[in-house]
Amino acid sequence: MKRIATALSLALLLAFSAQTAWAQTLQTVKQRGQLICGANGTLAGFGLPDPQGNWTGFDVDFCRAIAAAIFNDPSKVKFVPLTAANRFTALQSGEVDVLSRNTTWTMSRDTTLGLDFAAVTFFDGQGFMVHKSLKVSSALELNGASVCVQQGTTTELNLADYFRSHQMALKTVTFATADEAIKAYDSGRCDSYTTDSSGLYGERLRLTSPNDNIVLPEIISKEPLSPAVRQGDDSWEDLVRWTHEAMLDAEEFGVTKSNVDEQLKSANPEIRRLLGVEGQFGQSLGLTNDWAYRIIKSIGNYGESFDRNVGENSPLKIARGLNALWTKGGLQYGLPVR
Amino acid sequence: MRGAIKPARHGAQAWRVGLQVLLAAVIGGLIYGAFINAADNLARTHISSGFGFWNNSAGFDISQTLIPYSPGISTFGRAFWVGLLNTLFVAALGIVLATLLGFTIGIARLSRNWLVARLAGFYVELIRNIPLLLQLLFWYNAVLKSLPELRDSIVLPMGGFLNNRGLFLPRPVFAPGFSAVIAALLVGIGAAIVLQVWARRRRKRSGAPTPVGRWIAALLVGLPLAALALAGFPVAFELPQMSRFNVVGGLEILPEFAALVVALSVYTAAFIAEVVRAGILAVAAGQTEAAQALGLRSGTTLRLIVVPQAVRVMVPPLTSQYLNLTKNSSLAVAIGYPDLVQVFAGSVLNITGQAVEVIAITMAVYLTISLFTSLVMNLYGRMTAIVER
Ligand SMILES: N[C@@H](CCC(=O)N[C@@H](CS)C(=O)NCC(=O)O)C(=O)O
Repeated sequence: MKRIATALSLALLLAFSAQTAWAQTLQTVKQRGQLICGANGTLAGFGLPDPQGNWTGFDVDFCRAIAAAIFNDPSKVKFVPLTAANRFTALQSGEVDVLSRNTTWTMSRDTTLGLDFAAVTFFDGQGFMVHKSLKVSSALELNGASVCVQQGTTTELNLADYFRSHQMALKTVTFATADEAIKAYDSGRCDSYTTDSSGLYGERLRLTSPNDNIVLPEIISKEPLSPAVRQGDDSWEDLVRWTHEAMLDAEEFGVTKSNVDEQLKSANPEIRRLLGVEGQFGQSLGLTNDWAYRIIKSIGNYGESFDRNVGENSPLKIARGLNALWTKGGLQYGLPVR
Repeated sequence: MRGAIKPARHGAQAWRVGLQVLLAAVIGGLIYGAFINAADNLARTHISSGFGFWNNSAGFDISQTLIPYSPGISTFGRAFWVGLLNTLFVAALGIVLATLLGFTIGIARLSRNWLVARLAGFYVELIRNIPLLLQLLFWYNAVLKSLPELRDSIVLPMGGFLNNRGLFLPRPVFAPGFSAVIAALLVGIGAAIVLQVWARRRRKRSGAPTPVGRWIAALLVGLPLAALALAGFPVAFELPQMSRFNVVGGLEILPEFAALVVALSVYTAAFIAEVVRAGILAVAAGQTEAAQALGLRSGTTLRLIVVPQAVRVMVPPLTSQYLNLTKNSSLAVAIGYPDLVQVFAGSVLNITGQAVEVIAITMAVYLTISLFTSLVMNLYGRMTAIVER
């Protein structure tokens, strides 16, 4: 019902407000003294509050990085948990300033939803999890299987595509939230559960006995996950994009949370520009010139955030894979600060 | 207001009509303005608008479809109809079951048998006081958890299966000759109605009891059966088959559907029982006493004297129960039954991103269903109203 309420409030907003247009997000955020970030509320590794209300996760840290750049204080963020189904409406209606919630950058979302994607923070792809007892070792053996899936996702569409293109019969059971879908899978309603493979790692931990389930080797789609902002506020989009680029550049140059203070003395001009020792790059974003220093000082570089939340230092243990730096055979390629 | 204005003045009437027209014009203008404003705002915020999406291919799968639907080919518009039919189906079945159960319990509550009355009372109190969503989740989990997995399916007589994927029954496949059976059934129903009307007239005129029940049964059951035999049993049964992951073929009743129907019926029945009880109590005790004085047995009294009068009182509150049930069916979202809200205001809204249009259509649909139900119930109420003689 929450979803209907969000959609309804958007409809009312559009119908009765004068001149809805989005500009000045940065100014609004500064005046408010807080960033409002739409995050995943149930996905371990990406966005999840603990019982005390402390949020953790890769997407959560991204919002903290933005807050650090603006306020020099990563805690000045209010997180709003969003489901797959209400996330876009929440962004469109202005309920959140930025959507940082494992959201795939697709053409139709980019061109018809009135929003813009800032940068691919995580290269992902869709996978399947099955009960071990089925003795299935490939997704191509799933002909006739029941699959639990969450609605409002690219997952829902890829699933139908994959079975259709391989001429396999499919019984989909669609749920509004990941919670319901995973519970139904766990209780045996479905043979398989499908989502982004990063999500599979997180969701698997929630099952009654994670070890009785396996993830199949096939990756059936491209899921470039990216934070999104409302279309029409280009400077805000710039700020969000460069937050990601700064974290990537820092990793590439070996600037870390712990050595960033020493690095201020570095002779490397790239590092000097990144950290605001040279140039006016922060000001061009509407921030102070030490914006990237603030990010790295409080959150760390891209690799640090990755390892801490989803990588080797986390329960998920996701390999860097496509998300390794370009210098290490991956796709993450930080744009130059200059 | 009425009393405040002196009715004697002629101008007052015209003035009132004028005011109404003005009010309607203002409301119309507001709605129009809201539409224009919304379109304008959508354009300014780069959100696509309009109903062009209706004919685009949907691309997602739906678990229960009463009309043919396939993800790659069918359109969003088709998905809308699939969802709507699923809503209507679950609501219609729920209304029938809730009515049967509700009447039974309502009458049981007034039973002179202490235990029966208490049990009925307990049912009503228990069910009314637990939120419907909890009950729905309870039924769904009860269904899922208590039923065996596919491999340990309960095998039903005549080739059915029951497991946590649903209930699978042989599906009748009708050969062309079957239309004769349908025709015979229709003729039987028609003849039964005529017979019943004739019998009632005769009884009214002459007072002679005219038992036709047996004949009616023969017409309704015997005639179609005879036609079935004559046409050489033109029905085959497609048996459900066990496959590696699922049962294929046959008639499939999904656990989501079953849980939703049960939850809605059980819940609404508690309210209907109260409506029924109130309706019966509203019939003056003198009516019952008079009937008994005439020597009618209590069952007959209930059937011929009390219920027909009680029904009049019951129609308006029953209507609102039916409407509640229909609206409550949108809780389907919680258990993955593909009703209108789940399919249309869920998947379609999200894939197209056209929240404003989709929500507007969804609300219009529920409004139409409500108005239609009220209309039917009002007609029924008028038909059963006391005609002063
Ligand atoms: N990347 C996909 C899927 C994202 C998604 O919503 N994934 C699910 C499954 S991992 C999820 O995060 N669900 C959590 C929730 O809705 O609470 C998309 O953008 O559509």
